[in-house]
Parts: sequence; structure tokens; C-alpha cells
Amino acid sequence: MSPATRTMTLNLGPQHPATHGVLRVVLELDGETVLRATPHLGYLHTGIEKTAEDKLYYKVIPMTDRMDYLAPMSNNLGYVLTVEKMLGIEVPEKVKFARVLLTELTRLNSHLVWLGTHALDIGAMSMVLYAFREREMLLDVYEAVSGQRMMSTYFRVGGLADDLPPDLDGKIKKILTVLPQKMKEYEDLLSNNRIWIKRLTGVGKLTAQQALDLSVTGPLLRSTGVKFDLRKAHPYSGYEKFDFDIPIGVNGDCYDRYLVRMEEMRQSLKIMKQAMEGMPEGPYRADVPGVVPPPKPDVLTKMEALIFHFKIYTEGFKVPAGSYYQAIESPKGELGYYIVSDGGTKPYRMRVRPPSFINLQALNPMVIGGLVADVIACIGSIDIVLGEVDR
Amino acid sequence: MGLEEKIPDSVILTTVDYIVNWSRKSSLWPFGFGLACCAIEMISTFASHFDLARFGMEVTRPSPRQADLMIVSGRVSNKMAPVVKRLYDQMPNPKWVISMGACASCGGIFNNYAILQGVDRIIPVDIYIPGCPPRPEQLIDGIVRLQKKIENESIKGPRPDRESDRP
Repeated sequence: MSPATRTMTLNLGPQHPATHGVLRVVLELDGETVLRATPHLGYLHTGIEKTAEDKLYYKVIPMTDRMDYLAPMSNNLGYVLTVEKMLGIEVPEKVKFARVLLTELTRLNSHLVWLGTHALDIGAMSMVLYAFREREMLLDVYEAVSGQRMMSTYFRVGGLADDLPPDLDGKIKKILTVLPQKMKEYEDLLSNNRIWIKRLTGVGKLTAQQALDLSVTGPLLRSTGVKFDLRKAHPYSGYEKFDFDIPIGVNGDCYDRYLVRMEEMRQSLKIMKQAMEGMPEGPYRADVPGVVPPPKPDVLTKMEALIFHFKIYTEGFKVPAGSYYQAIESPKGELGYYIVSDGGTKPYRMRVRPPSFINLQALNPMVIGGLVADVIACIGSIDIVLGEVDR
Repeated sequence: MGLEEKIPDSVILTTVDYIVNWSRKSSLWPFGFGLACCAIEMISTFASHFDLARFGMEVTRPSPRQADLMIVSGRVSNKMAPVVKRLYDQMPNPKWVISMGACASCGGIFNNYAILQGVDRIIPVDIYIPGCPPRPEQLIDGIVRLQKKIENESIKGPRPDRESDRP
């Protein structure tokens, strides 16, 4: 190869402020133009799938929190729904509503962090400060329900860890009133901002066919104009009862992804409002002896309840043999859990279909022919979380 | 490294130490890199609600060459460990390390083949912060404790990053 046509290899990461963690991308450049981008993974490999084989079913839940750490409740929900499917448990209405409420809150949480960090990468430094300020309101709710700001582990097999707190109503109402105003502020700052438009419009284009071929999901797929959302396509946890729209894009570029995510946040607020207003009364756990722990007062006064409590927390519960798959629409896309049971108290094999991992494969087609600076915009607009990519 | 290494043991420094320590602790420049979940809480700490700038730390540096505090925020996988070590080596002296969260301190809930069971196996750690992830208040507390620790150091004193001072 003659010197005139020699390409340059540029290493990006694993320590780089714009790779959202420890992603490493090896870029092949011709001058400033990107010829190929190869993501190198595994810098945050945690071995969650393998470790799950050694844990009782209910002990896997805290580990699912730590995969997509921006959307812990969505991870919990996917896992819990799969195990409930295996056991054939039907949860009370209140649990379904609470789960919808909190997973939509999680979507807001994830999208807010995305907005802040993506804007920071593009150069709008102040957005990250605004987004994290509003995120504190959401974390207040996390803390109120579960006692933890991030790793909630609130959803359990057959219900919730505890009843919803009495002051939840006020906290959600505050979010429902404050966040739309703040989102208007964000859009005033960004949507017509000349730098923002120039950096994002026409950058990282993906056609609908490409997106489907790569099996990307979530806002990345919807920005190309494909109206696919698991909440509508295969409703779970009572989503069919809620009235909301699926925003889709037209061009499939980074700017459309921004618009889609902003509209998704509005729709999430709409769902949260419905869930809060329609929240039924009732128990927060299904009544399944041997699987769902009995209420604490019963444990202290009744013999059978004490035995069940003891047995659940020492030897766990048995799950019928077979393999099951359940997917949910996490903020990043289709989050699926495939669990194989051999009839024991631990999963024989657990496989997670992480949306970030599969969406990351779209990076190469998105950046080919673009500039190096566009790679940063594309990584940001895919919205990856490395904890989920590497697991 | 500098002049202070040539000071004989019979000389005791007081005011110089005080001034050097004061300036070092009041303008710690953290190295802005995140590993996992704790990194999000670290960003929360830097962001508007908790505002770490109150403690003289608003400049995070994306390059290790300009930083003097490394906050290991999150689980360190075996693949990432050499990178973390290298980044630490690239930081100029004097430098301090905060191990943020259970995973960085001892492996946390992940006792398996993939995760390094404590970042102190590869680099010296000054402050350990428990929690999974620690609250921003805990991180601030850890940083204030580190500042107290720096106050009591001497520019002549033993430092773990010096080859001759290692146990």
C-alpha cells in the first residue's frame, strides 16, 4: 500500500470521557473520515449470567439491578416477569400498576441521564447539570419505595418488596408538574440550537431495513420509522390498559433519536399519571404459599407462615423444568430474559438479551463515511450502558 | 522527586508542610473516569444538587496526566485491571486514590471469575467508601476525610507511591 492511501488506526477508550463508561472503539480513518469502527467489549464483564446459575431465584434480582444501572427497575421487571411466567403466578392488579408506574419512572431516569451525557458530549455542558438536578426528584421516589437511590431491587417474584409508601402520591405529582416545564426548558435550549442541529442532523443515519437487519430495538429502531414497541406489540404487566402513543422518527439520524426520546418521556409521564390515578387498592403480593413470603405479622404469630418464611429464605422455591423467554421494553429497547430450569431452586442457565449490546452493533454502519466527531455523537445517541453490554 | 527529597531527616518542616498540604487538599483535581454504577453517583455528586465544587473539586480532568485524585468508581473487571493500573501510573505525584463502592473495595456482590476482588490488589488506596452504590453524601464524606488525611502529611513523609517507602 502506498503512503498516499495508507489509513490510520485510532484507538478510542476504554478510558475516554465520551464513551459512557469503558467502551473501546478502534477506528480506521482515512484522514478525518471513518472507514470502519470496531467496538471492543468486555472491559466491564461481570459474569452475571454465570453467577446467576449459583444463586437461588430470588437472589438473582439484586444482580439484575447492576446490569443496566440507569434503569434498575426495568431489569428487575424483566427477570421477575420471567420467573412468574415459569411458576404461572398471576400478580394482583395493584402490583401491575405499581410496576408500570415505576418502570415508566425508570424510563424517565434513563432518558434524563442520556440527555445530559449526550448533550455533554456534543458540547452543551449545562444540560448535564440540569438533567441531574431533575433526576434527583426521581431518585427521591426510588428511595421512598425501596430505601436505595439506585439499586432498588423493589420488584420481587409475585409482587413487591414492600407496600407503596403513603407519601408516594405527592412525590409523583411533583414530578408530573415540574418535569414537563423543565423539558420545555431543555427543548428551548436544544431543539433549535444551531450547534445542536448541525452536530446531529443527518449524522449516524440508519435506514429501517438496516435497523431491522441488525435487530436493533428501542428508540434507535423507532427513529427509523418502524413502529415497534413491546408495550404495544406484546403487552405485559397490564400495559394494554394504558393509553399512550409510540413516537417514531422519519430520517433515522441522531436528531430524530433525540426527538423520539423526548417524546417518549412525555408519553411516560402520561402513563405515570394514569397509573397513579388508577392505582387500585389491594395486596402488594400474590398469595402463593411457598414462593411468595407470607406477611410479616403472620410470620410472628402463625406456625405455617413461619415455616414457609424459613423455607423460602433458606432453600428457595422450586421452579418447574423448562425454558422460558420474556421480554420487556426497557428504555434502551427489548430486554429479554431466557431462563432454563431443571426443576431445581436455581436457574440452570440464564441468558439476557441486552438491548445495548445489540444496538451497539449498529455503530459501524452508522459512522462509516462520517467524521471522527460524529462517532462521539453516534455513541451517545445509541444510548449504551456498558454494564448491560458486558454483563 | 523534587527538592523535598534532599532535605535531611534532622530538618523538621512545619509551615511549609502546612501551606503545601492546604493547597493540595483545597484543589484536588479528580480524574474524571467512571467504571460502572458508582460513576453515575459520582456524576450526581459533581452535578448541581450536591455540588462538589464547594470542596474545591469542580475540575475533573479527562487525562490522568493532569489529575491527582483517582476515584475508582465501580467494579474493576480482570480485563480492565491493567488499564486502571496503567492510568494510575500515568498520574503525576502526589496522587491519592479513593475506592468508591463495595465492588471497588472488595468485589462487592460479585465474587466470581470476572471481577477483581478489590482494587487495592493493584493500586494503593487511601480511602474506602462502602455502599452499593454509596450515596453522594458518602462520597463527599470520603473526600473530606481524604482532605483531613492530606492535612497531616508531610512533603518529607513516607508515601506509598515512592518505591523506597513501600512496606
